[in-house]
Amino acid sequence: MLEVTDLEVCYGAITALQGVSLRVDKGAIVTLVGANGAGKTTLLRTISGLIKPRRGAILFEGENIAGLPPYKIVARGLAQSPEGRMVFANLTVLENLRMGAYRRRDKDGITRDLEYCFGIFPRLKERMKQTAGTLSGGEQQMLAISRALMSQPKCLMLDEPSLGIAPILVQTIFEKVVEINRQLGLTILLVEQNANLALEISHYGYVLETGRILLHDKADALRENPEIQAAYLGG
Amino acid sequence: MSDQIIEFLQQLINGLSQGAIYALIALGYTMVFGILRFINFAHGDVYMLGAFAGFYTAPRLLQLFGGGPSFPGATAVLLVAMLACATIGIIIERLCYRPLRDQPRLTVLITAIGVSLFLENGGQYVFGADPKSFPEIITDRALEIPESWGALSALTITVGQVIVVGVTLFLLFALRTVVLHTRLGMAMRALSFNPLAASLMGVNTNIVISFTFGLGSALAGAAGILTSIQQPSIEPLMGVNAGLKAFVAAVLGGIGNIPGAALGGLLIGLLEAFVVGYVSPTYRDAIVFGVLILILLVKPSGLLGKTEREKV
Ligand SMILES: Nc1ncnc2c1ncn2[C@@H]1O[C@H](COP(=O)(O)OP(=O)(O)OP(=O)(O)O)[C@@H](O)[C@H]1O
Ligand SMILES: [Mg+2]
Repeated sequence: MLEVTDLEVCYGAITALQGVSLRVDKGAIVTLVGANGAGKTTLLRTISGLIKPRRGAILFEGENIAGLPPYKIVARGLAQSPEGRMVFANLTVLENLRMGAYRRRDKDGITRDLEYCFGIFPRLKERMKQTAGTLSGGEQQMLAISRALMSQPKCLMLDEPSLGIAPILVQTIFEKVVEINRQLGLTILLVEQNANLALEISHYGYVLETGRILLHDKADALRENPEIQAAYLGG
Repeated sequence: MSDQIIEFLQQLINGLSQGAIYALIALGYTMVFGILRFINFAHGDVYMLGAFAGFYTAPRLLQLFGGGPSFPGATAVLLVAMLACATIGIIIERLCYRPLRDQPRLTVLITAIGVSLFLENGGQYVFGADPKSFPEIITDRALEIPESWGALSALTITVGQVIVVGVTLFLLFALRTVVLHTRLGMAMRALSFNPLAASLMGVNTNIVISFTFGLGSALAGAAGILTSIQQPSIEPLMGVNAGLKAFVAAVLGGIGNIPGAALGGLLIGLLEAFVVGYVSPTYRDAIVFGVLILILLVKPSGLLGKTEREKV
């Protein structure tokens, strides 16, 4: 579904990613773990077209999307819920969800997907008319995920959905991610520092260290790898 | 009713119609700032170009509706000037600002000053530096106030003033509808809050930016025509002063805040009228710019501006 090969990304003189390759199969949940500053956000932003890579290919459904503007990438079915949620605090919850469906014209489909989002996150339905700035951190995360879903993606990228939200909600968010993956058959690329939880719900995992893929394996195998346990699982 | 009250009401009316003009121009400053975080210093000159667009097209357009001043004719002039300015605004952004999108803001700001100087000097070269007399597109006369209104009949209210305020209210309402209830308007609000997130939603930011420039410039064009109805002498540097005043209005209301720009324009217009009426016309500009300094010192976010912070 999504295949990144030999990606190199620079910020001016700083090389943030060097020769990164990874693959996300259709219907899978794949987790990318890595310490602060490893380049996880850079990778997702590059896949979404926000940053132009210096080198390398990004194949989505067999076509190279590297260098396309972000709106064309969304239109192809690749959505992202960004790090720090970035909900539009000045817009209502409903308007935020409509922004997610910005490129769609199918009214009926949009209504159906709104209902789906309200089904998984009933909290959003109650707060539909409120501006998103009034939501709690956890609710904003639910909104950010739902907003990304509203574009009717084939692949969803989530950048640290557990960042800065209450521990009880983290569990809920992860359960919902699994639910979305199962119900919609949606392919998910998850970036997390909370590696333990993330790998628990994933099929496959990659470890990124200072701009390079250190290793990758089945999620269960990674969790049992002593090196990984020491570095990322607090074991 | 005492003369003082009548005098006060008269200043209020004069201030209202001038404030409407400032409000229309201020909206363009504030919308562009909201989206790109820079002051488009060439915006006042777009207002000037609106007046000239009307100057050159009015004779023909009036011909279409019988020749003399008429409401349909005036409406046509207004629409043509708005369209012309929208086009000019979009072209300015496309040619001068878009190539600098990733450059430091100061670079863009200096470019805007350059564009402004270009339009002012180009205007003097093309149109001539001497003031031109704007054609009469509607007959501006004082309204007859019936004797039965008593002391109020001493007030002077002109057709022009009523039209300026009426058209401005209509345009403000139309703008509100666009910004709050259309897809592009929603994208404008989203983009002004977080451009990166808006891109991730599939917003083609270039289109929204062009749209914003078009909208703001059209309003400036309307202001150019509305001014010319009341003060039918136009010249290529007329945008300098009006532009600066409207900029102060936008800052007063809270730069980036749309209702704030409308409110700021109104207040600056009223302030000017009262200074002229009660103090001295000499101090008009000094006091308006004094307001700018005061606002920047006391409440830089303006009257309606709020500094929103994202929750972490
Ligand atoms: N806009 C930028 N300009 C320059 N350098 C940047 C920029 N954004 C990120 N970097 C650098 O690139 C590297 C990777 O950053 P990135 O944000 O991708 O890391 P991350 O893995 O997402 O970290 P975190 O877990 O803290 O979110 C870091 O060294 C960072 O300092
Ligand atoms: Mg990150």
